[in-house]
Amino acid sequence: MIAAVFNSRGWYKFRRNPLSMVGLFLVALVVLMAVLAPLVAPYPQHAGAFVDFVNASQPPSWSNPFGTDLVGRDVLSRVIFGYQISLMLGVVVLGIAVPIGVGLGLAAGYFGGVVDYVIMRVVDVFLSIPPLVLAMAIMGFLEPTLTNGMMAVAAMWWPWYARLAYNMARSESREGYVLAAEVIGASTPHILIREILPNCLPAVFTKITLDLGFVILIASSLSFLGLGVQPPTPDLGSMVAEGARYLPDNWWMAVFPALAILVAVLGFNLLGDGLRDVMDTDR
Amino acid sequence: MSGTAIPADAPLLQIRDLTLAFETWRGPVEVLHGISLSIRRGEKVALVGQSGSGKSVTARIVVDQMRRQRGARIGGHVRFDGLDLLGLKERTARALRGTAVSMVFQDPTSALNPVFTIAAQFREVLRRAEPTLTAEQARGRAAEALSHVLIHDADRVLDSYPFQLSGGMNQRVLIAMAMANHPRLLVADEPGTALDVTVQDRTLKLMAALTEEQHTAVLMISHNLGVVREFADRVYVIYHGRIVEHARTADLFADPRHPYTRALLLAVPKISGGGLPTGLLEASGDFQAPAVIHPGCEEPPLDIGVAA
Amino acid sequence: MGPSLLTSLIRRLWMSLLVLIGVSMLIFCIARVIPGDPARIALGPNATQEQVDLLRERLHLNDPLPVQYAEFVKESLQGDLGMSLYTNRPVVTDIGDFLPATLELVLFAGILMVAIGVPLGVLAARYRDGWVDNLVRLLSLAGVVTPTFVWAVFLMLGFAFFLEWFPVAGRLSEGVPPPPGITGLYTLDALLTGRFATFADAVTHIVLPATALAMTGIGQTARLTRASVAQAYDTPYVHMAEAYGYPEGRIASRYALRPAMIPTLTILGLDFAAMLGNAFLVEAVFAWPGLARYGVQAILHKDLNAIVGTVLVISAFFLIVNILVDLTVAWLNPRIRLENRRAAG
Repeated sequence: MIAAVFNSRGWYKFRRNPLSMVGLFLVALVVLMAVLAPLVAPYPQHAGAFVDFVNASQPPSWSNPFGTDLVGRDVLSRVIFGYQISLMLGVVVLGIAVPIGVGLGLAAGYFGGVVDYVIMRVVDVFLSIPPLVLAMAIMGFLEPTLTNGMMAVAAMWWPWYARLAYNMARSESREGYVLAAEVIGASTPHILIREILPNCLPAVFTKITLDLGFVILIASSLSFLGLGVQPPTPDLGSMVAEGARYLPDNWWMAVFPALAILVAVLGFNLLGDGLRDVMDTDR
Repeated sequence: MSGTAIPADAPLLQIRDLTLAFETWRGPVEVLHGISLSIRRGEKVALVGQSGSGKSVTARIVVDQMRRQRGARIGGHVRFDGLDLLGLKERTARALRGTAVSMVFQDPTSALNPVFTIAAQFREVLRRAEPTLTAEQARGRAAEALSHVLIHDADRVLDSYPFQLSGGMNQRVLIAMAMANHPRLLVADEPGTALDVTVQDRTLKLMAALTEEQHTAVLMISHNLGVVREFADRVYVIYHGRIVEHARTADLFADPRHPYTRALLLAVPKISGGGLPTGLLEASGDFQAPAVIHPGCEEPPLDIGVAA
Repeated sequence: MGPSLLTSLIRRLWMSLLVLIGVSMLIFCIARVIPGDPARIALGPNATQEQVDLLRERLHLNDPLPVQYAEFVKESLQGDLGMSLYTNRPVVTDIGDFLPATLELVLFAGILMVAIGVPLGVLAARYRDGWVDNLVRLLSLAGVVTPTFVWAVFLMLGFAFFLEWFPVAGRLSEGVPPPPGITGLYTLDALLTGRFATFADAVTHIVLPATALAMTGIGQTARLTRASVAQAYDTPYVHMAEAYGYPEGRIASRYALRPAMIPTLTILGLDFAAMLGNAFLVEAVFAWPGLARYGVQAILHKDLNAIVGTVLVISAFFLIVNILVDLTVAWLNPRIRLENRRAAG
């Protein structure tokens, strides 16, 4: 199956765009570092609550390329483990938001009428609160933990997928193959899941790739404000926040985690754009 | 010839050996292979060919729109009233447009800006010639110009946006705008092709009457020989960037000599002058035959130019 | 403003009111339904049960939900968003104190976004594939992928600490008294009362935070403007303007930009409104005493009424901006304007 992908026309198109290839490379780099964190991090034990005051607040050097933080932990190691948290967060958030959003959107688009009205008005309400503010409001009533942070971000993300699936269901349900399935008496779940859903999937997957970057961005913004993952968990957003308090002396504490976020978001963005171009021209 | 006054029958617009090539990643692609064409004052000349023949880019060179096109290389001579158009500074060339040279576009409704009223757009045109015109004066002049194209409820038209008017009405507005500053040359790029046949016929007659009255020379671009038959004094037929036949209109229709001209004549829809040809012509080796210049249609010597 | 715009304004206001009611219900549900006793959370683990019961009584937490919501709506309509549990002042008073600082920041950022983004987009479209065009590509990509707080940290490090061109934090330098509060926007108030030194000081303080807040929007604006202006340059009406020899600047600003702005504006409005959310991040970095900081404090202290009030005010602002954008679009686009007139007549 992998061979089929690499021999396809889509891959050829994708490969011809250097920016897409950069995106693929960055994403691969980030994912590999996250998965192999215990192996590639120079000081894996620094990921958690570790203290080495002798080496505290050291600027970048050969032994600590990104410097060390206030209690002497290696910033590079913490960034690598930070990717682990970020990626897991992105996957879980979209794992919750996408099925809910797509399910509700498909239902609204296919059934129409009252179902459509109620679901889509709820979507409107969610979308009329500035994105970050909604997540913050939810966090306001919850304890700041990783799980709660993921729930809050998922709550602000599902309406976008509902809107995407809704629009697709609306246009697809007028297509011949759906009408044909209705005529031969296929059940509603069958039509939704077997006929309409597969046609939405390419668009949904492209959006997921793009959104992985943005979820990481939003989640790091939340934890930057202190409303997400709590120390000593190595989260990139809270690392920047902590570093920002010690500007400009300990600049490395803020700058390297910030660049790390940038690299991850950039990677997913370029990869997602590349995928979208391939999908668009295939149609 | 230099040093003397321009003779009355000297060409107003003279194109000589005009070439146009586009730089592409595969190297230059030639679009015009050295065409020559001339128009005297008050004369109506048609340039006829299929799409892709190079007729529209010729018109765009005359109104100086190719200069900024990326990778376009223009060669040869274009002279207008003694001025070397290709050698002019962009500023000077710009000053001629909308005043001495004017243009009518193919699709009138989309050539008018959708977010301004006709009155506002007319005012802009009139101020090309008279920058100090007040809004009120401009409105009066616009109404007068509209009356020349038989629009009598000028107030309603002036207060309308293009999308509120019919295509035929917009076409007449465009002609009125083009003629408002009494240009010496009017370039008409497939006027009215987007309209239906009877409307197109009517607007062409209006345009013919107005240009004759003002003694304006016309360069008409068309793909349809039938349309130009009643309009033009002379016809150039262009094929793949080369002029293949040049004759007075009556002579051309009485005795079409070039194989391409004959094929083009057969493609004219039978009903009347309008509409698109029924089918594209099959390319044929015969079309490469040398150009046919009918007697009396030889190009005059290049007007080397008198300081304007 | 004719009757047409008025009817469309009323219709928009009505729709927005519905959405605002929806938002209030949503926030209310989140506040009440989420597991945990809000009173207990607010008072912390060390409070006695009696204290908690008292607070529950004060917040009407023992009534059934619909009754609580009705009470909440009634009080909100009277301009009463309850007391802040943290500052012990009415939430409305608190918001009144903190909102102007945020508005000033967001307005400055919005102005930067339009004043830099739109001309860049027009230039990029005019000189396609030139260096401005490449700059716009880079800016829009950088804007999209860089979190606002990263911009804030980088700008602060570079321009406040390293180059020392701008102050590090706050709205005014120490020792500079705030201008008399007419609008609450320091820059505007200073100008209105003729205190130019204060004005200059306020401006140097707002430049960095506003730029950090605007960076995402500038790139987006430039990219969108470029796309729609480039499209406009290919239309027959711009070709006609060129054939008639109109001056180039006039073609760009009047003939190409104006029709092109219509689709761009709607998205600009969304970008502008999104700044309200991102203002939280910028205010945190630059110690900007605005509503966002108030909101974060409220969240950290589990200050129920303050959170609900802040979210409501921000959502209302979001809706107002969108209404204004729709009205501007209608005003720019004669097609909509005239359709409304017909519908009204």
